[in-house]
Amino acid sequence: MNRFEFLRPTTIAEAVAAGARPGAAYHAAGTNLLDLMKGGVMRPGTLVDVGRLPGLDRIEHAADGGVRIGALVRNADLAHDPGFAARFPAVAEALLSGASAQLRNAATVGGNLLQRTRCGYFYDLASACNKRTPGAGCDARGGENRLHAVLGWSEACIATHPSDFCVPLAALDAVVEIIGRDGAREVPLADFHRLPGEAPERETVLAPGDLVVAVRLPAEAAGFAAHARYLKVRERTSYAFAVVSAAAALRLEDGRIAAARIALGGVALKPWRARAAEAALVGRAPAEAACREAAALALADAAPSGDNAFKIELARRIVARALLLAAAGTPGRLPALPASPFAALPGAQAHV
Amino acid sequence: MTLSISLTVNGTVQAVALEDPRVTLLDLLRERLHLTGTKKGCDRGQCGACTVLLDGRRTNACLVLAAAQDGASVTTIEGLAEGGQLHPVQQAFIDHDALQCGFCTPGQIMSAIGLLAEGQAGDDPERVREGMSGNLCRCGAYAGITEAVLDAQARLAAREDAA
Repeated sequence: MNRFEFLRPTTIAEAVAAGARPGAAYHAAGTNLLDLMKGGVMRPGTLVDVGRLPGLDRIEHAADGGVRIGALVRNADLAHDPGFAARFPAVAEALLSGASAQLRNAATVGGNLLQRTRCGYFYDLASACNKRTPGAGCDARGGENRLHAVLGWSEACIATHPSDFCVPLAALDAVVEIIGRDGAREVPLADFHRLPGEAPERETVLAPGDLVVAVRLPAEAAGFAAHARYLKVRERTSYAFAVVSAAAALRLEDGRIAAARIALGGVALKPWRARAAEAALVGRAPAEAACREAAALALADAAPSGDNAFKIELARRIVARALLLAAAGTPGRLPALPASPFAALPGAQAHV
Repeated sequence: MTLSISLTVNGTVQAVALEDPRVTLLDLLRERLHLTGTKKGCDRGQCGACTVLLDGRRTNACLVLAAAQDGASVTTIEGLAEGGQLHPVQQAFIDHDALQCGFCTPGQIMSAIGLLAEGQAGDDPERVREGMSGNLCRCGAYAGITEAVLDAQARLAAREDAA
C-alpha cells in the first residue's frame, strides 16, 4: 500500500474542499478501497475520511412512502430496517445477497454505488487495463472473459459493475444526492454510472470533490412492494458476485400488469434498466409468455464480448423468472438464501 | 504526522499513536497489542479469519483502517471467556468438534457471536449457513460449525428465558 495523508474533516464543506485536491480519495468504510490499495490498483495520496461526518447515517421515511437514505448508512442496517424492507423488499433482498455479513455490517450506501469493477485484469497490475491506465489496452478482450459484459461494452472496456444494491435502485427510479464545490445537485441513479465508451477510466458523473450524501427512493417505488423480487445467479451458493442478476417489480390491477420495473446486474458497466421490456408488459397478464417476451426485449441489444454468449440466454431466463417470482408475490419473510435461484419456492419442502 | 486514537479493546481503554495511517485494525491488534488470536488469512476481506466485533458488530479487521476508529470498541477472541468460563459459543465449538486445524476458528466464533446478536437466523440451519458464509474453513468443518452455532443459539435462548 502506498503512503498517504489521512484527513478527518468534521463538516461536508471541509470534506469537499479536501476531496477536490489532486490525488485525493474519499474513505468511508474502506471495504473496497483498502482492498484496491493493498493491491496497488489505487494509490491515492490523500484519504479524506468521511466516515464520521454528521447527519449522513440516517434512514428518513417520508409520509408519502418515499425514503431518503444517508450515504453512510451501512448495508446491513438498511436491509434490516423494518420500514425499509417492507416498502422496498427487492432492495433489501439485493443488499442481503451481496458480500458477507461482515462486509454488509461495514460497507456504506455511498461506497456501494462507487465500488469498482471486479474484472481480474483491472486488479492485476501486470495486465493491460484501460480503466486503470488509460490507453494501455484491454487484456480482458482476448482473455478469461466469460463473466464480462454483454450490454453497453466497448472495445476499450468489457468490465461489469458489481453492485447488487444498484440494480433494484435503478429499476425503482432512485435519485443520488451529491454535494460538490458548486453546491448540491441530484442525478438519477440510472444516469449516475457511465458506460465505458472511449474513456472507461471515467466511471460516474462525479467531478473532483463531489460527495454522495444520500440516495432517495420516490413514493411510487413503494407502490411495487407487494410484487418485487431480486434474483441473482452466482458461481457458488453464497458470498459471490453476480454472473447475472435481475430486479423485477410489478404493480397488478385486476390480474393485469399496470406497471413494471426491470433492471439487470452483471451484464454491463452499470445497472441496466430495461424500459422497453417494462412497457411491453403493461396491460398483460403476468403469465410465462408475457414474461419471456419481456425478457427477450430486455436483451435485444446484447452481444457477447468474449466467451460469454451464455450470459445472454441466462439473463433472459433470470429476467423471466424474476418477473414470475414477483408476480407470485413478495414473500412475507425473505428466503433463507436471499435472491438465490436455489431458494425453496413457497410451499416447497426445505432441504437440510 | 502522528495520529492519536483511543480504542477500547476487550473492555480496556488503550491510547494508540499511529505514526503511519496505513495500519489496519488487524495489524494493530496483532503487532502492536499482541492479541494474536485474531488471524490474518487472506488480508483482503475474503476469508473471515480476522473477524472481530467492532462496536458490537462482526467486521473484517483486515479492511478497517485503525486511524478511522477513534473511540471505537473492539472485542476479540481473547475477550470472550469470563473468569475461566468459556463463552457458550466457544464451548459449543468444542462440543461439536467444529474445527480441525483451528486457524479459522477465532473468526468463526466471533462471526457466530455476531450472527446470534443480529437475531436473523434463529434455529434454521439454512439461515445459519448463509449467515456464516463470510467465514471460510479449508478443513471443511462446516457441518460441525453449523451444529455448534445452532446449539449455542439454543443455549443462549434458554439462558435468556431463565433470566
